[in-house]
Amino acid sequence: MRQLHIELAEIQSDALRGGAKGPGRTRLEGMTVRRIMGTEIEYGISVPGQPGANPMVTSSQIVNAYAARPELSKGGRARWDYEEETPLRDARGFTYTGALYDPAENLADEDSGLANVILTNGARLYVDHAHPEYSTPEVTNPREIVLFDKAGEMTMAEAALRAAHTPGIGPINLYKNNTDNKGASYGAHENYLMSRQTPFADIVAHFTPFLVTRQVYAGAGRIGIGQDASEHRYQISQRADFFEVEVGLETTLKRPIINTRDEPHADAERYRRLHVIIGDANLAEYATFLKVGTASIVLAMIESGAFDGSLAVAEPVAELRAVSHDPSLAHKIELRNGKRLTAVELQMSILEQAEAYCGPDADPDTREVLDQWAFVLDALARDPMELADMLDWPAKLSLLERYREREGLDWGAAKLHAIDLQYHDVRPEKGLYHRLVARGKMKRLLTDTEIIDAMTEPPADTRAFFRGRCLSRYPSEVVAASWDSVIFDVGADSLVRVPMMEPEKGTKAHVGELFERCEAAKDLLDVITAD
Amino acid sequence: MAAKDSGGQSQSQRSRQEADAETTEAAVDPEIAERHEAITEEVDDLLDEIDEVLETNSEEFVRSFVQKGGQ
Repeated sequence: MRQLHIELAEIQSDALRGGAKGPGRTRLEGMTVRRIMGTEIEYGISVPGQPGANPMVTSSQIVNAYAARPELSKGGRARWDYEEETPLRDARGFTYTGALYDPAENLADEDSGLANVILTNGARLYVDHAHPEYSTPEVTNPREIVLFDKAGEMTMAEAALRAAHTPGIGPINLYKNNTDNKGASYGAHENYLMSRQTPFADIVAHFTPFLVTRQVYAGAGRIGIGQDASEHRYQISQRADFFEVEVGLETTLKRPIINTRDEPHADAERYRRLHVIIGDANLAEYATFLKVGTASIVLAMIESGAFDGSLAVAEPVAELRAVSHDPSLAHKIELRNGKRLTAVELQMSILEQAEAYCGPDADPDTREVLDQWAFVLDALARDPMELADMLDWPAKLSLLERYREREGLDWGAAKLHAIDLQYHDVRPEKGLYHRLVARGKMKRLLTDTEIIDAMTEPPADTRAFFRGRCLSRYPSEVVAASWDSVIFDVGADSLVRVPMMEPEKGTKAHVGELFERCEAAKDLLDVITAD
Repeated sequence: MAAKDSGGQSQSQRSRQEADAETTEAAVDPEIAERHEAITEEVDDLLDEIDEVLETNSEEFVRSFVQKGGQ
C-alpha cells in the first residue's frame, strides 16, 4: 500500500462541506435536545482462569475476530487516518507538548498490532489502552445514541463469540462496566458538539452541578466504596470514586469532572466537542437515554446563557462521592450560596428551568426526554426501587437485595460481588441484565431487530452515513478513514482524501442517491469533484 | 431496600403496616392470594436462574477479574 500523508490530493465537495452554502446548523439550533453526539465505551475484558492474560493481545483478538465478518473483510481493512487528531489540545486555549504526547506513537498503534476496524454503520471498534472500545457513529438525538450504544454491546458479544470459535484463541469475556473493584477504572465517554462561541468557563460553572447529580438516574451501581472497594457497601455510581479534580485534561489519572480535551473532529472555528468522561456505562436503555438526553438539553441551556449560577456546588468532587455513597438519596449537597439540596432536588430545579426554557412547543425528541426526566425524578423522590425495571442501579440493587435476603449474606460475600460483575456481562445467556430483559423485567425503548440493523446500517442524518456507505459500497478502494475524512485509492497517481469537517453534511439526503448511482469509488469521486 | 435508610422511614413503615393489614383482610380473596404467590414464585425463579448462570466459583471469578486502568 502506498504511504498515507504523501501524494494526497484533497477533494472539497459542497455535499460534505460546511459554510454559507450548506443547509447549515439551523435544524439543530434552538431549544432542542438535538445536536451531534456520540459515545465511546471501553469494555472490561477477562480470560476465565487467566487473570494474567495480556489485555492488549486479547483486546486485539476481539477486534480482529469481529473484523472477520464478511462485510468487513472483503476489501482489505481500512486504516484509521490520524491526520486531524490532537487529543492534547486544551479547551482553555493551549496545547500540551513534549513528553506527554508523541504523535508518532499514536500513528504507530497499528504497526504495533493494536487492532482497529471501521464499521459499515460508521462506528469504530478498536483497542484503546488495554480495552476493546466501541465508538458510536455521530448521531443527532438521544434515542439514536441508545440504538448505536446497544449495537456496540451486541457487536462486542458477537466479537467474543467469534473469538471463541477462532483456532488458538480461548474464551474471552467482556463486561460493559467501569471498574474491576481493585483500583482500576475505564471509561464510558460522551461527546457533544457545541458552539465554539460558548465560553468554556460557562460550561465549567453550570455543567458541574448537573454532572455531580446526574448519577441518580445514570449510575450503574457498584458494591464497594473507594477505588479498591475496600469497604463493602452499595453505591450508585461505578465511576464516582475515580474522580479527583474539578477541571483538567487528563483522562487516565487525576480524572476531572469537566474534561478539557478540545479536539472537535470538525471545523474548529465553529465547534468544540465537549468530551464528558464522568459517566457510567449503562445497560438499561432508559439510563443511557436520560444520561445523554438531559446532558444535551442542559448544554443547550448553557449555550444560550439560561443559568444564573445559583446551583453552584461548594465542593463538587466530595459531593459527587457523597451522593454516590448514599442510595437512600437523602444526602444534602451544600451549595456555594449556603443552601442545601438533595441530588434529586437539585436535578428537579434544573428540570424546572429546562421546562421553562424549552417551552410547550418543544420538538418530540426534546419532549420525550423532559417527560422521562420528570418521571424518574418523581419516582426517585418517592422510592428509587420503583425504577428497578428502568434504571441500572436500582435494578442491580433489587437483584442483590433479594439474593442477599434469601441466602442471608453480608455485603462482603463473593456471591454478591459476582452478581454485581455479571450484571454487566455482554453475553445474552450469561449477563444478568440480559436475563432480566429476557424475562420482560426491564422497560425498553428499542427492539432487538432495530439494534441488529444498527450494527451495519449507519445513521441517516450525519456524515457517518457517508463514511459507512463508502465502506460498505467500496470496500477495496477505501484505504483509510476517520471521523472527518475518507481516503480512497482508485488507482490514480495519488491517494484521494475527502475531508468531512461538517458533521451534518454527507447525510442520506445529501449523498444517498450518489451511492446508488456510482458503481465504483472513482465514479463517486468524479461526481463530488464536479460539484 | 435502599429507601429504608431515608428520612421517610417511619412514614413508609406505617403505610406498609396499613398495607399489610389490608392485605391480611384481603387475603381471603383467593385472586389476590394467588397473585401474591405468583410474584413470590417469580422472584424465587429469578434467584434460581441467577444460581444457574452465575460463574461457578464466585470467589475465584471475582478475584481473577483484574483490569488495566483505562480512560
